[in-house]
Amino acid sequence: MSKKITMAHGAGGKFSADLIKEIILPAFDNEYLNELHDGAKIGKLAMTTDSYVIRPLFFRGGNIGKLSICGTVNDLAVTGAVPKYISVGAIIEEGFDFDALKKIVNSMAAAANEAGVKIVTGDTKVVGKDQADGIFINTAGIGEIIEGVDISAKNVQAGMKILISGTIGDHAATILSERHGLELPENIKSDCAPLNKMIFEMLKVEPKIAMLRDATRGGIAAVLNEIAAAANVGIILEENKIPVRTEVQSVCDILGFDALELANEGKIIAVVPKNSAEKILAAMKNFDCGKNAAEIGEVTEKFSGKVGLHTNIGGLRIVDLPVGELVPRIC
Amino acid sequence: MSLIEKINKLAEGKKNLRFMEVCGTHTVAIFRAGIRNILPPNVELVSGPGCPVCVTNDDFIDKAVAYSKIKNVTVATFGDMLKVPGSNSTLAEEAAAGADVKIIYSPLDCLKIAAENPARRVIFLAVGFETTAPTAAATILSARKAGLKNLFFLSAQKLVPPALKMLLADSEVKVDGFLLPGHVAVVTGTKIFEFLKIPAVVAGFEAEEILLAIINLLKQIDEGRTEISNEYKSVVKAEGNISAQNILAQVYETVDADWRGLGTIPKSGLRVRDEFSDFDIEKIMPLEIKSVKKNTACRCGEVLRGVCKPTECKLFGKACQPLHAIGPCMISVEGVCAAWYKYGTLKF
Repeated sequence: MSKKITMAHGAGGKFSADLIKEIILPAFDNEYLNELHDGAKIGKLAMTTDSYVIRPLFFRGGNIGKLSICGTVNDLAVTGAVPKYISVGAIIEEGFDFDALKKIVNSMAAAANEAGVKIVTGDTKVVGKDQADGIFINTAGIGEIIEGVDISAKNVQAGMKILISGTIGDHAATILSERHGLELPENIKSDCAPLNKMIFEMLKVEPKIAMLRDATRGGIAAVLNEIAAAANVGIILEENKIPVRTEVQSVCDILGFDALELANEGKIIAVVPKNSAEKILAAMKNFDCGKNAAEIGEVTEKFSGKVGLHTNIGGLRIVDLPVGELVPRIC
Repeated sequence: MSLIEKINKLAEGKKNLRFMEVCGTHTVAIFRAGIRNILPPNVELVSGPGCPVCVTNDDFIDKAVAYSKIKNVTVATFGDMLKVPGSNSTLAEEAAAGADVKIIYSPLDCLKIAAENPARRVIFLAVGFETTAPTAAATILSARKAGLKNLFFLSAQKLVPPALKMLLADSEVKVDGFLLPGHVAVVTGTKIFEFLKIPAVVAGFEAEEILLAIINLLKQIDEGRTEISNEYKSVVKAEGNISAQNILAQVYETVDADWRGLGTIPKSGLRVRDEFSDFDIEKIMPLEIKSVKKNTACRCGEVLRGVCKPTECKLFGKACQPLHAIGPCMISVEGVCAAWYKYGTLKF
């Protein structure tokens, strides 16, 4: 029997990486794609695309529409670009509610407005009942790379600092709680937000930021592992410095998840020169989306290709690339 | 003095001690906090049989796979079961091939699925210990009350105390103390473990709570006591949760059950009582399944009894990885091998 795609291939961990390595890269092989960054750099332009499938479509802090704009804006921004133009493709299931669609489209407009990008082209397709799950959205975006900025794993060096733009896991904890019927206090909501303006300021303060990544699927665990592997360096995190909301940690405890592996939709990891870490953090904290920013670790020569965590009680453990979908534990 | 300094002091001069953490959630918590590598060399933590997916036999998976292939059947399961290989297939592969497999968090979710799909037979794969079993039992009671006729159970639920009894009687198993499962003890209480006659402590799941439990065990050994201590008092009572126990007794009877790696353990399984047999899919739609005994070098059975470390299995980390697991201990998020692989193999 030929191998089949399972849900784990879409979860952003090892299975997704294998899918890309085995099927996608050999077919499309070129120097832009092979970088495997969130967006491709083509001369002075950056380009990216992403598809959005999420259940529930509406969640606390956002909906699929807001997500589809913020995601693409952020993917461009972490390439070191100023996002400019976005395209939208929507696949809508027969019977989908008109008002729901209006709500989704309006929040896309609001997000685009906040990010300062224009939605310049698009397409809609309607498929029969049960041939889609409500609505699927694809967006693509083009941005202009900021002069003098070079975001690339090859610039990551030992001694550099790791920054996170705020509390981790808020988005996944919100979605998982809604899916599993857990009640969350009002202040816990998806962190879904456009980060391009904050990133622009960070790069103004320090154009030599080595790496920026949007910590979406697979959480900061996945992103940091990818950076460590691509740059051939080690990364050591300090558990007590990583910002996690108590409520999010409780969701993790109940369902058996690791906050480091939870998806975010409005958080970036930055790898920055040691001496400018403080001023970059200060710049981040001027923004609402960066007010809880923190330095959480550093790049090391040792442990090349791996990510480690100094735990609160003084242990040291590996932070591995997440495997497959997050599934709640059984007891 | 920090907790770890206390442990070091108490362990000083003692023989090599092996404490078994029974529960998979403890195993993962211990790794996540990096506890194993800060303990003194003469205090070793070994993992036990407390991961429900891991102790579920191949033939249960084979049955689930067979049911999933039947027309108009929906299989509802905890996500952890998806990738566990039976003789020939997994539920994940069946789902990719077109079977209707739904991931649920609580057994109660099955009520909604069954009510919304009256033309389908919804089969819940009931695995788990005393922690999940009361909710599963409550699901049957609710389904009966609601008059649902299309919800069924394929059951392999198990009880923890009989398994511990079996381990203690096993001459290969060398254990000086137990970290007892906190979640299970919420339901069972602590009294039920009094037969153990070796130091034991019901522990919480925070790193500090686990360290406190280890201190408790070391003190018991120091003072020659063998007690069932409770270091999870905020939620665990001596008599446990009586109403949960009553629901269990109302819906289930205890039967001998097969555990992967441990064999048949007397009175360690839960079977739906005859008055609820209309919920038992094996009575309603019996299937003849021939499970093929796979000839692999997998040592999950020994790992589950704590007589073999995952790293001592020659498949570990090579032929058997989370990506392509051979044994269930490598699949479940709380499986011993998966935890060792994810957190324990790479030395800094």
